[in-house]
Parts: sequence; C-alpha cells; structure tokens
Amino acid sequence: MSDNGNGDGGALAAGGPDDERIKKTGGLRQWLIRPELGGIVGVIAVFIFFGVLAGDSGMFNAQGIMNWSQISAQFMIIAVGACMLMVAGEFDLSVGSMIGFAGISIAMFGVVWGWPMWVAILITFAICMGVGAINGVIVVRTGLPSFIVTLAFLFILRGFTIFIPQTVENRTIIGGIEEAAEGDWLAAVFNTDLAGWLFRWLADIGVVDTFSRGTRAGEPVISGIPMLIVWAFVLVIIGHVVLTRTRFGNWIFAVGGDAQAARYVGVPVDRVKIIMFMTTAFCATVFACVQVFEFGSAAADRGILKEFEAIIAVVIGGALLTGGYGSVVGAALGALIFGVVQQGLFFADVESSLFRVFLGVILLFAVILNTYIRRIITGER
Amino acid sequence: MADPIVHMENITKHFGPVIALNGVSFDVKAGECHCLLGDNGAGKSTFIKTMSGVHKPTSGEIMFEGRKMNFASPRDAMEAGIATVYQDLAMIPLMSVTRNFWMGREPKKGFFIDFDKANSTTMSEMKKMGINLRSPDQAVGTLSGGERQTVAIARAVYFGAKVLILDEPTSALGVRQTSNVLATVDRVRKSGIGVVFITHNVRHAMAVGDRFTVLNRGKTLGTAARGEITPEELQDLMAGGQEMAQLEGSLGGTV
Repeated sequence: MSDNGNGDGGALAAGGPDDERIKKTGGLRQWLIRPELGGIVGVIAVFIFFGVLAGDSGMFNAQGIMNWSQISAQFMIIAVGACMLMVAGEFDLSVGSMIGFAGISIAMFGVVWGWPMWVAILITFAICMGVGAINGVIVVRTGLPSFIVTLAFLFILRGFTIFIPQTVENRTIIGGIEEAAEGDWLAAVFNTDLAGWLFRWLADIGVVDTFSRGTRAGEPVISGIPMLIVWAFVLVIIGHVVLTRTRFGNWIFAVGGDAQAARYVGVPVDRVKIIMFMTTAFCATVFACVQVFEFGSAAADRGILKEFEAIIAVVIGGALLTGGYGSVVGAALGALIFGVVQQGLFFADVESSLFRVFLGVILLFAVILNTYIRRIITGER
Repeated sequence: MADPIVHMENITKHFGPVIALNGVSFDVKAGECHCLLGDNGAGKSTFIKTMSGVHKPTSGEIMFEGRKMNFASPRDAMEAGIATVYQDLAMIPLMSVTRNFWMGREPKKGFFIDFDKANSTTMSEMKKMGINLRSPDQAVGTLSGGERQTVAIARAVYFGAKVLILDEPTSALGVRQTSNVLATVDRVRKSGIGVVFITHNVRHAMAVGDRFTVLNRGKTLGTAARGEITPEELQDLMAGGQEMAQLEGSLGGTV
C-alpha cells in the first residue's frame, strides 16, 4: 500500500497523522457550519436595516423595544416546540389550530362553565398535550408523513374550536377572562409584569416615558417585563440545554437523522417522537394562555397560519426540513428576525403586506443556505 | 476449541407462506471469524436478524453461552453481548462521531452528557482502530464508508460485545477501504471476540475467515474450516453449482 493518494477520503490516514487529500479547515469554516449562522447574520442584517430606515421612529426606544420583543417572544414560544420536533424529523401543522383550540378551551372551562381558572388551564394543557400525543401515535404507528396527519388535525381542531362555543354559547368570541382570572395563581404565571420597580426607576431617570394623562398618569408606560418574554427565554434555554447537553437530546437528533439506525442502537424512537409532538402542543398551549390572558378574551380564529410562521422561524434558524439537524437558539433568532421585521415595517411606515413578501424571500434564502451547509457537513458533492 | 458463545440449532423462519429459513445451524466461538456466505436471497439477512433479536425464529433454538435464549428485541440481544453492525444503517451521518459512538449509552454526569469523557474515549478508541480523527465533533458524514464501519465496530467492541455480527461490511467499499475493514476484523478477532462475517465475496471471506458456512435457499449447506475448502468450491456452493459453472466458463473463469 504505497499509494497514499488513494486515500479513504476522510480522516483515516492509516499510519500517518495527516492525509494530504484533506484540506485544512479553518476556524471560519467551522463557524460556517453552525446551524445558528443564518440566524446571527439575519439578526445583524435586520437591525442595521431598520436602524437606518426607522432609527428615529421610536422603534429603538424603550417602548419600541418592548413592542418588537413581545412579538418576537410570541414567535419564539412556538418556534421552540417546532424546532425540536423538526430536529426529530417531523412537522406539526396543527400548531395554529391548537392555539385557537386551547384559548377557547380555557374560556369554556374558566368562564362559560365557571370552573376555577387554574383548573381550566391545567385541563387545557392536558387536552392539548393529549391531542399532541394522538398526533404522534398516529404518525409512528401508521408511518404516514406527519405533514398529512397534522394537516388533518389542523382542520379537526379548528372545526371543534368554532363548533363548541357556537353550539354552547352561540358565539365564537368569549370575553370576561380577565375578571374570571382575577387573583388566580396559575393565570398570573402567564400574565404578570415582573420587575416593575426597574421601570419606575427608569421612568424617574427619564429613560422610559410616563403616561401624561388618564388614570395611570405618572406611571411608566412599561409596567414591567411581561411573563410572555420570561416564558420565551425559559423555553429557549431549556430547549437548547435539553437538545445539546442531554441524553434525550442526543436521541432527538438521532431519531431525526436516521430513525432506523437509532432503533438498532436501542433508542426508543417512537417514544421520542411522541414526546416531541406533545412538547409542540405544550408550547402552543403556553402561547394560547399568554394571549388569552393578555387580550382578556378567546376567539375561534386565533392562531391562523402560526404553524407556518413557527416552521419558517425554525428554518431561518438553520434546522433542516429533513430532520436531524437544527438549533433552538437558531430558531429563537429566527423568531427575533420575524418580530423585528414585522414591527419594523410598521415603524418604518411601510405597507405591512410587504411583510409576507419578505417572509417568502427569506424562507427561500434560508432553505438554500441550509442545503449548502448540509453538503458541507456530510461531505456530499 | 472452546464451547461456542452462540449456537443456533435448526432455525426456521416463515413469513406467512414464505419459508425464509428452513433449518439453519450455525455457531461462533470466541476469537474466531466465522464467515456466513450466500448469494442474494439465500436468507443471510433473515438469519442475522434472528440472531440479533430483530426476528423471532418460527422454530429452533438459540443458545448463548450454553443457556437457551429467547431475545424479545435487539436491545435484549445487545445486552447479552451480541452486537450487529449493519451495512448502511450503522451511523447517523449528520451527527458527530462522539454522539454516534455513545448513541443509546451516553455517559452522564448528573443530568447532562459527560462530553469530556465521551470525547476523550472516542478519540482514543478510534486511535486504537487506526483512525485519526480531526476532532470528535467531526460529523460521521465526512467519513468514508470503511471508516463508518470501523467506528461502528469500535463502538461494539468498546461496549463489551462478545459476538460481533458484520452484515456485508465490505460490499460497498473500495479496495483500500476493504483491506482496512478486514484488518479491523482481524484485530477484533484476536482480542477474543467471536465475529460473524456475512458476505457474498469469497475472497474477502478467505482473507479473514476461520470457518465458512454456506447458506443457499434458506438452508445451510455445511461448514468447513480454513484449509478444508478452496475458494472455487465455496463459490460453487454459494451459487448452486451447475449454472454457475457454465457462466464461469463463458466469462473465462474470472468471477
């Protein structure tokens, strides 16, 4: 075997430490194949873009930041679930319908039927995660694409979401949630503003504006950090740690990367997938709770198209549609890009329908970039 | 020689009306490489899947270290010490070598994977097999087919396999990769593990095999030790004699 040139194409330079057919890979290339790359570049780009275009519109004062942070946080909550599910190799198109369904469920139990709000919330979580589990079980048992199974649930859930309040109450918007949730400990977990003192202090030193009239005159315009943002951060951190540092996270990657290979080494593939469908449902329900308590009402048309927005955020964040590769932090950055652009167009006084044009374009770019990245990782040519 | 680690006696396996295996007997001893040869459709895959717990035999006995075993799942077989390296499903290409190496048995430090231990062990085990990794984070997708097989073999050995089943490890490989894998098989055998080497390539079998069993149409045609049989005889047994002899004639004896 004198022919060293006829190598194995990888790191197997039998006997010698170097294989002359392997190019040295610099730090730059290592960075290029990180799933978060697209997200980081995108975030920098949108901030520069809107810094120039809408820098003096109030987008970057305290109120403006709070505005797009909240929108981004909403996207983040559903993107975390969608990301982990996509890494596990599946989709959930029923997320948007699940949001509407969960909201109506809370309103029906908590307002119409007058149960304590915390009971209504817990029951709703149980029902929604149950539906997530049904999604998962059908997918793993039948081997059908999750695209079809969850598309069915997109319609089934939306149908019930309209049918139930319509039949019971003869309306599809149910208000009075604020009153019903008054003093409820679990509702507070979704709808409290934290660190109010910080913003009163910021108002005192003039960083944050105060209301100049009305019942809240003199109070800062931002009353605290909403639980929405706390939830988003907590879910992103937990999702990231579970995915990258734990045994279960390793299994999620494996299940999406190659389910059969994972099964052969003893990974409980079906269980992992079902748990991921339940996680996605959990995130959708958190989203619904935050929204319902913020608006004080539930409506049957909430959450439409959210499933696609979640998937787009995840893909911008570097996950592969085919599974086995992705990052929760990347998905969170994707969600941030979303929020900043959606609100930025508003601040910049641009026609808001252009937001959809932007979505389509950035989605296309993200997918092309990801495909290229995968070729680098797997060495495909 | 010592008693066999695994002894399979008169195994049959029916899939509905199809008789995939019709009385197969096979054993493997510590430190030997027992080659299972057979043409496509001979029942090799069904047989090793029975051995590794994927299929349950319709009838027949599986003895493991002298005890009768009844594997309910691949996991059972794995825990007993039977590791299988499948031809193309051995590894997950998008994941790092470390993550693949420890898949299903990740070392834990508290709640998290102990990546320090996982990475250093992976690097040193790979070195033992003659693979110098650039880094343990390197994705398996960047490795060649032969290297992937080697990683899978190293993994099985590290986790204490007593029997290693290799499903056509060389069939998709180039010349040099094949010799590397065969060298690995030899090294594994010398460490006292029983190797079951499935192939339809007589030359590869001859290179490392201690004993040879030929499977044809779901039946074993007998077992021969090294030196008792010529490559030509093996080839004939595999292909079923007559027809092959004619073909070989027309190809000038090159097959």
